[in-house]
Amino acid sequence: MTYIAKPKLHHPGLPVNKLGFTHRDYEGAVSTLCAGCGHDSISAAIIQACFDLDLQPHRIAKLSGIGCSSKTPTYFLGNSHGFNSVHGRMPSVLTGANLANRDLIYLGVSGDGDSASIGIGQFAHVLRRGVNMLYIVENNGVYGLTKGQFSATSDKGSKSKRGVLNMDEPIDLIGMALQLGATYVARSFSGDKAQLVPLIAGAIRHHGAAFIDVISPCVAFNNHVGSTKSFDYVREHNESVNRLDIIEARAPITADYAPGTVETITQHDGSVLRFRKLHADYDPQERIQAMTYLQQRHAAGEIVTGLLYVEPDAHDLHDHFETVERPLNELTDAELVPGNAALQKLNASLR
Amino acid sequence: MPNPINSTNDFVVKFANVNGSGSASANLLFAKSVLRMGVPVATRNIFPSNIQGLPTWYEVRVSEAGHLGRRGGVDLMVAMNPQTWAQDVASIDPGGYLFYDSTKPMPPSKFRDDINVIGMPLTEICNQKYTDPRQRQLFKNIIYVGSLAALLGIELSAVEKLIGEQYHGKEKLLTPNVEALHLGHDYALQHLKPMGLKVKRADAVGDRIFIEGNAAAALGAVYGGATVAAWYPITPSTSMAEAFERYCRRYRVDPKTGKHRYAIVQAEDELASIGIVIGAAWNGARAFTCTSGPGISLMQEFLGLAYFAEIPAVVFDVQRAGPSTGMPTRTQQADILSAAYASHGDTKHVLLFPEDPHECFEMGALALDLADRLQTPVFVMLDLDIGMNEWLSKPFAWDDSRRLDRGKVMSAADLDAAKEFGRYLDVDGDGIPYRTYPGTHPTKGVYFTRGTSRDRYARYTEEGPAYVDNMQRLLRKFETAKKLVPAPLRIDAKQKTRCGVIYFGSTSAAMREALDALEEQGIHLDALRIRGFPFAKEVLDFIAAHEQVFVVEQNRDAQLRTLIVTEGGVDPAKLVPVLHYDGTPITERFITGAISKLLRAEKPLREVAS
Repeated sequence: MTYIAKPKLHHPGLPVNKLGFTHRDYEGAVSTLCAGCGHDSISAAIIQACFDLDLQPHRIAKLSGIGCSSKTPTYFLGNSHGFNSVHGRMPSVLTGANLANRDLIYLGVSGDGDSASIGIGQFAHVLRRGVNMLYIVENNGVYGLTKGQFSATSDKGSKSKRGVLNMDEPIDLIGMALQLGATYVARSFSGDKAQLVPLIAGAIRHHGAAFIDVISPCVAFNNHVGSTKSFDYVREHNESVNRLDIIEARAPITADYAPGTVETITQHDGSVLRFRKLHADYDPQERIQAMTYLQQRHAAGEIVTGLLYVEPDAHDLHDHFETVERPLNELTDAELVPGNAALQKLNASLR
Repeated sequence: MPNPINSTNDFVVKFANVNGSGSASANLLFAKSVLRMGVPVATRNIFPSNIQGLPTWYEVRVSEAGHLGRRGGVDLMVAMNPQTWAQDVASIDPGGYLFYDSTKPMPPSKFRDDINVIGMPLTEICNQKYTDPRQRQLFKNIIYVGSLAALLGIELSAVEKLIGEQYHGKEKLLTPNVEALHLGHDYALQHLKPMGLKVKRADAVGDRIFIEGNAAAALGAVYGGATVAAWYPITPSTSMAEAFERYCRRYRVDPKTGKHRYAIVQAEDELASIGIVIGAAWNGARAFTCTSGPGISLMQEFLGLAYFAEIPAVVFDVQRAGPSTGMPTRTQQADILSAAYASHGDTKHVLLFPEDPHECFEMGALALDLADRLQTPVFVMLDLDIGMNEWLSKPFAWDDSRRLDRGKVMSAADLDAAKEFGRYLDVDGDGIPYRTYPGTHPTKGVYFTRGTSRDRYARYTEEGPAYVDNMQRLLRKFETAKKLVPAPLRIDAKQKTRCGVIYFGSTSAAMREALDALEEQGIHLDALRIRGFPFAKEVLDFIAAHEQVFVVEQNRDAQLRTLIVTEGGVDPAKLVPVLHYDGTPITERFITGAISKLLRAEKPLREVAS
């Protein structure tokens, strides 16, 4: 039995958000991942972001594939419907769910094996379709559940715990996401919650396909010297291009920063993304420049993090399909079934 | 020389063409004009997996008696393809007719002396009349339709009316088509001898409609309330997805806003197609995919998830000849087992077997109800013969008081009123649990959907008893399904008999005709048409009531028979397979021949198509 419910009791003084929920209302069951797993930090960041955004937990649907990362939806948002689907195929299930009800928030959680190997096809196609969602890859460069095989995002030359060198080129999910038309692309590190929480919040508020690649060290199989996905390695090579705060619509923007170092972008739903620029010449609204910059920094051995690209007025799959505003799963018989008169007219044309 | 075949309203015409030459619309025009004469036709396209340049045939069976199966044999061959000349000439029944383009002289060795040859210089006539090469090709087809109308006695006004309907408002196309028709007609009257085959005005069509099974199934999906369709192009199912889109544009656009009450995704592959269907149905929309055998193979893992996690999913399987790529444009009923037991582990799925477009419509709509009611995948098993050919079938009808059956779904109010919610609790004893759509209630009815084992409250567990409890409930649910799938239909022999025959799907028309033919030979068979799986009690009762039962199928391995033996615990010796699987639709002549031969022999034999 690996399902452990958390006790519902909590300290009476816990802070509440605008809906009157505490953090605890956004939590799930007790994690069964290894102690210190980066994925648990990501779950905590998701909880924090949903709390900060005052989201109703039951209006979020969380979907995943198979693997350590895909187990995590059990550990957050216990009042949300969850769907642990099949390996590498979460994107198609999420696409169908999103088409059925455009009013829910869709959170897809996957790993580097789930998305970059078995599921690379679906990863690519869900982004190019512009499904309105947040797609998070909890990227540790290793197959954890099957005990330490390289994944497709392992860097060339990185060493496994058993000392084997990886000779295959890594798949760059961020580069692919940019090329395939994702309209909100970010990279972060599970060890940097301050950076990750606003990136998740901004992505949830984004209308369109949002993708976040979160480097998330595997403490059991990929946290040793020679790994390029260890805590130490990522901390040493992390190059953040910006720091992001998410601000709700109409919230006052306080000028805490020196002029020219802060930029704001207003998204489709009115939410305001506020950045502190750490690299003065990095513009997160320039997709092709972003691609070039990332390739250059990667070649220099850096792991670039932050909000890498955003298209604030993006379109989603429903916009492309011109579907009705009301969710398809709420349409009535009268709206769906043309009736016998129409059928008789059709019969007449088939004689 | 045998006597020329003389037959009115009962013969087979076969057109041999080159694909991509525009012959399809002309041949359809020919078939429809016979229909407009009040005489039923059964038409079949026999085409290659190719766009242009390869042989294609179109068979029109004219049958006032209303036989819609393939008869076998050819009474009139319209030989328009030099590549297949030899086999086309060889396929004509003795005393039959050969209509050909006589522009280029042919040596006598190219003909047969037991057939009647009708030569018409089609190319020469076209070349004199038209200068544009494309026009020469297209109008050649219309010219032979005109000529055949004259030879067979089809009223020219009936053909003209059809052309008028087709090119309504397009005068530029209408006039030259009518001209070409007359050109052929007049030539035949002046230069060609009348023939023994005749179409005579009758009143045997009634109110029946002429439509492809794929289009009918798509319409069924519209009436069944499907809002999400995901598919990947594959012959012979592609035209179903295209028809769904066509009907949605007609019936599912919000008149006020112009917005769509549907979403159709051409997915990256069949895995994504079924994944999208499962995601949409999990979230409360009605969804389907359409595919063929290779797609079913690719969808296996997801189908197991839908079975085990109990998510509705509708799959239209337009079967073609396998295994592997097989014969992509030829028909078979060869996915019975791969659909019935799709996926690893212990799984069983609900199957529906339509016999014609009318049932494609009915079962298309029903499948969406059943999938929601049973919370499981439901397959509608068409085949290429039904799916891609136009069939004369009963008109569609819809009871406006009928409501979409969404099954056991709890609303927020239901959840507030209920004592408890357990996603996999068998509250009603029918094996079907209650479900909620995501987002229904802030604190109640939430659960985690997974392909891993879980307890009655949807909590992950690997405890043996909880797993067995769940698997047993799934069997109870399958029992419930037996009463919900369409019951088999029985046709009793004119006199009491110890022999029966079981058949299904597109075999139906040929089988009904074969029953009459066998009866004429003194062979009496009770017949049962299976329409759904799991098998209703009537199926096993029927087998029990007969000493010997033939099972007629269009596959090599007697797949339905295997399913009956396995699921019904039937003695295999009792079920005699009659198998036709060369990729062409089964014929009355084949069934009659096979069964009469088997009955004449002392011991049962396996009878297969040559």
